[in-house]
Amino acid sequence: MTGRALYLDGVSVVFDGFRALNNLSLIVEPGELRAVIGPNGAGKTTMMDVITGKTRPTAGTVRFGDTDLTRLDEPSIATLGIGRKFQKPTVFDQLTVFENLELALKAPRGPIACVKWHLSGEARDRIAQVTEEVGLLARAHDPAGILSHGQRQWLEIGMLLAQDPELLLVDEPVAGMTDAETEHTAAMLVGIAGTRSVVVVEHDLEFVRALGRRVTVLHEGSVLSEGSIDHVQNDPRVIEVYLGR
Amino acid sequence: MSVALSAPPPSRLRLGLRAGLGVAVLLLAALPTLNALPADHALHVSDFIVSVTGKWICYAILALSLDLAWGYAGILSLGHGAFFALGGYAMGMHLMRLIGPRGAYGHPVLPDFMVFLGYTDLPWFWQGFQYFPYAMLMVLLVPGALALVVGFLAFRSRITGVYLSILTQAMTYALMLAFFRNDMGFGGNNGFTDFKELLGMPLGTPAARAMLFYASLVALVGSFLICAALTRTKYGRVLTAIRDAESRARFLGYDTTQHKLFAFVLSAMLAGLAGALYVPQVGIINPGEFSPGNSIEAVIWVAVGGRGTLAGAVLGAFSVNALKTWLTSAAPDLWLFVLGGLFVAVTLFLPRGLIGLFDRLRRRRAS
Amino acid sequence: MRLLFLFLLLLVPAKGRAQDAFGAALPGLAGGFAQQVEAAERLGALGDPRAVPILRALYDGRLLRGADGALLIRDGERATVAVTGAAADAAEAEQVRINNRVRAVLRGVLGRLSLVSSDPAERLAAAEAVFRSRTAENIPLLEAALARENSARIRERLELALGASRLAAGDDAERRAGIVALSASASTEARSVLLEARAAVPALSSEIDAAVAAIDRRLAVRRAAETFFQGLSLGSVLLLAALGLAVTFGVMGVINMAHGEFVMLGAYTTFVMQEALRGIPALAPWSLPLSVPAAFLVAAACGAAMERGLIRHLYGRPLETLLLTFGVGMMIQQAVRLVFGAQNREVSSPPWMQGTLELAFGVTVTQNRLWILVFSLVVLGLTVAAIRLTRFGLEMRAVTQNRRIAAAMGIRTGRVDAFTFAFGSGIAGIAGVALSQIDNVSPNLGTGYIIDSFMVVVFGGVGSLAGTLVGAMSLGVINKVLEPYAGVVLAKVFVLVAIMLFIQRRPRGLFALKGRAAEQ
Repeated sequence: MTGRALYLDGVSVVFDGFRALNNLSLIVEPGELRAVIGPNGAGKTTMMDVITGKTRPTAGTVRFGDTDLTRLDEPSIATLGIGRKFQKPTVFDQLTVFENLELALKAPRGPIACVKWHLSGEARDRIAQVTEEVGLLARAHDPAGILSHGQRQWLEIGMLLAQDPELLLVDEPVAGMTDAETEHTAAMLVGIAGTRSVVVVEHDLEFVRALGRRVTVLHEGSVLSEGSIDHVQNDPRVIEVYLGR
Repeated sequence: MSVALSAPPPSRLRLGLRAGLGVAVLLLAALPTLNALPADHALHVSDFIVSVTGKWICYAILALSLDLAWGYAGILSLGHGAFFALGGYAMGMHLMRLIGPRGAYGHPVLPDFMVFLGYTDLPWFWQGFQYFPYAMLMVLLVPGALALVVGFLAFRSRITGVYLSILTQAMTYALMLAFFRNDMGFGGNNGFTDFKELLGMPLGTPAARAMLFYASLVALVGSFLICAALTRTKYGRVLTAIRDAESRARFLGYDTTQHKLFAFVLSAMLAGLAGALYVPQVGIINPGEFSPGNSIEAVIWVAVGGRGTLAGAVLGAFSVNALKTWLTSAAPDLWLFVLGGLFVAVTLFLPRGLIGLFDRLRRRRAS
Repeated sequence: MRLLFLFLLLLVPAKGRAQDAFGAALPGLAGGFAQQVEAAERLGALGDPRAVPILRALYDGRLLRGADGALLIRDGERATVAVTGAAADAAEAEQVRINNRVRAVLRGVLGRLSLVSSDPAERLAAAEAVFRSRTAENIPLLEAALARENSARIRERLELALGASRLAAGDDAERRAGIVALSASASTEARSVLLEARAAVPALSSEIDAAVAAIDRRLAVRRAAETFFQGLSLGSVLLLAALGLAVTFGVMGVINMAHGEFVMLGAYTTFVMQEALRGIPALAPWSLPLSVPAAFLVAAACGAAMERGLIRHLYGRPLETLLLTFGVGMMIQQAVRLVFGAQNREVSSPPWMQGTLELAFGVTVTQNRLWILVFSLVVLGLTVAAIRLTRFGLEMRAVTQNRRIAAAMGIRTGRVDAFTFAFGSGIAGIAGVALSQIDNVSPNLGTGYIIDSFMVVVFGGVGSLAGTLVGAMSLGVINKVLEPYAGVVLAKVFVLVAIMLFIQRRPRGLFALKGRAAEQ
């Protein structure tokens, strides 16, 4: 395993005087699966935005391996091997499930390369494999716009898989899923980790428990507590933040 | 665990469209031949019909180019008329150079308006336009370069939606103001006219009219095929993705600035080509071609036909212009009401244009 | 005028003595040529304005000698007694003859005497004439005239003429006084007089150079001030045109391409009000102020109808809204063209808006421009007040910030949308009233303003009225500053390009909304 670590050090983001992130430091080792929890406004989504280049930090270092992410824009960070799944599933409604996955598939991204692109048998097989993995085989040629909410969640996870990233950032993957689906998702993420790093942001503590890995609790833009799920659940500061109001 | 996934079959609408387009092209191609028939022949077609259809073909190319930018890449340009006009001006410069000493002032090199304005030498940017290949290159390169600069600045700073539309409108407006000036070296208010010949063919003769008609038709079919091929590649799907969720496409690793720029520049070049074919057919080019109203009319052609489908763009250009030609002679006061009404009706009731309407009717009949 | 004349007379020192001298000099005018010359010179030296009509009559061959020796002035068929102005019988009178020498003397005397004429226009013309002749002889006369003059404008010309005359004098002390006087006047004429004298009087060249430099500085300040005002004036027009757009686009996010047509409707409302009130003498002078609420109502009604009937079906689809409103604008324009005709309509300015106003340093501004500047700021103030202070403004802000929550709290969002759109459209109508004063009232009046207004809103920062104000004013000033160098058209092009480049640096405009809300 020679993957790269994600390294955030002293990251602050200030919007108009409001500190969305406050001196946040976090290290995700190669192959690690990390759950990030925290109340609303704790800075979870802003942290994702900083890593993927959507928001520039006011201060601090963000590195992936040796690469300084704060200097790159979203497409460059994505091609570097960092994939992101959004809280609200966003897929391309006019395109079919197959085409959505085809676009996500790891391949050269420039305009000329896209014009020249030819769907090889290998690529077709890989798409088929992902389609089956997310349970959308029967709907492969339907436009994504007519899928149900849960199916769209799955499609977005599938796109993340097809992208074949080194680091996956997954924002609330199980919102709106049934218990069985939640379980399936947890198993899938655990399966992915090991070969790649995964950061999961989630509200659902049962889901986090099911993942059974290291948990980071964010509060008011910085790390409040870190450790196993049992450790953080017994941390008095965490209890105060969650129950104290 | 390999699973077979086959490509979906083309829809029946698509097949029907292709057949319809083929027939339409053949009918159009027959027009100059029918025009050559004796005037009392039952199938004779008047000069007016041929010249007006030739103009519509150029408009259809403009509509195609706009559809590529708007229908596929989501760039609603309200300044495509500027690219069309620039292509037209480049062709106009070539035609002006070909007049040579036959101008009213009889100057061996300078066009009449330059003699009139007291020029002694040909400005540097007029050099080379006496050569047809160079002029044709400029027909594509000048609009392309403008699109490259404007597009780069706009896309890079993520100017999208209505902001981009207004920006492109401001672009064509600014160019119109600039081209109205005499000291720009493009004939000011009057533009270029009194063309004599093209490629050794005297303009205004039936033969020249037929040749220009066929050249335009070939250009239309060629542009259609290029656009169709392009939109069927993965690039076409990337454009659709950018149109519908640009930020998502960026997170997938697509540099949307590059992709949009590619489409925008290509589209501008097609518009330039349309303008270059248009000018020798109408015999004049002046700054009025830059007027924002022209660009917006082109938008309504695409909207009426159905954006996002190439056949729709062509259909829209022909049908709206046919309506315009008829109405402006039958009831000139009504035309602007009808045009305005088209904007309202299409946006409210026909978001996918005539093509979408056909599609809906066909489905209703099927069920 | 009569009062002014009496006042002037009071200012004349030793009035009684002068009157005697005046009466004593008159008979000479009817004598031999040598006598006439002497009498004219004496009258000229007295500086009495009453001499002017008499001398002019003599010059024109209308001065008669009555049978009793009294001087009469013939005026067409009638005649009057020269000094008293009473009617007289000219039946037996004969014309007083003059020769060329007398004529020449009369010309000079009349020219100088006009400096004290009771007619300000005549005094002004005389001051100009004396300035052009520039001889030291005129110095005492000019000093006398300055002592009685109380019109600032004429005083200024007299001082200029005095300075120039002093500069033409023989001795250096007088010349120096002239240089000082001219350098204080700061006009281009003074500058050229000084430069002329510089060649003639090399001894004083350093003083003259300093004076020219001083004038240049003051001229530059004045030019800058005038450019600045013109910029503010253009800015106020942009502000008026953009303010409505700042509400409909900036606050609601609805792009209205028919905005320019609402402005045009406001201008036509002004025209209709003017024509309708023409028959009512009591109201006719008030037609322009009355047009303001009328134009607001007309444009607001159109706006509300358009929002409820069409735009609301397209919320969330800005490009479609753009096309739809463009189509509506096209139809409004054509309807106005059919009803009122394509040619320009005349909207006259009330008297209090005509003419120019002179401020400090000789900066002149036109009244109507100044009124529009004030008006635009008042409209801005009212708009801000309506949004900040009223219940409607509160609901409007609530709906634009969070439609669902606002609806949940019982705000009827549909009605608020309609009112907001009507409000923005109404402001466009008000802008039309102002524009009718400075632009041609024609069906395509609004077309030219939509792009500029949009640029103002984008440049200033969408959603910020302060940004709209600063954006409009700075674009206006930048345009006017560039114009002398680049010409009107290129200045416009430069500004457009500059805005494009500016957006590169600050995509959200000058007064950007920051934070999470702006990210959406």
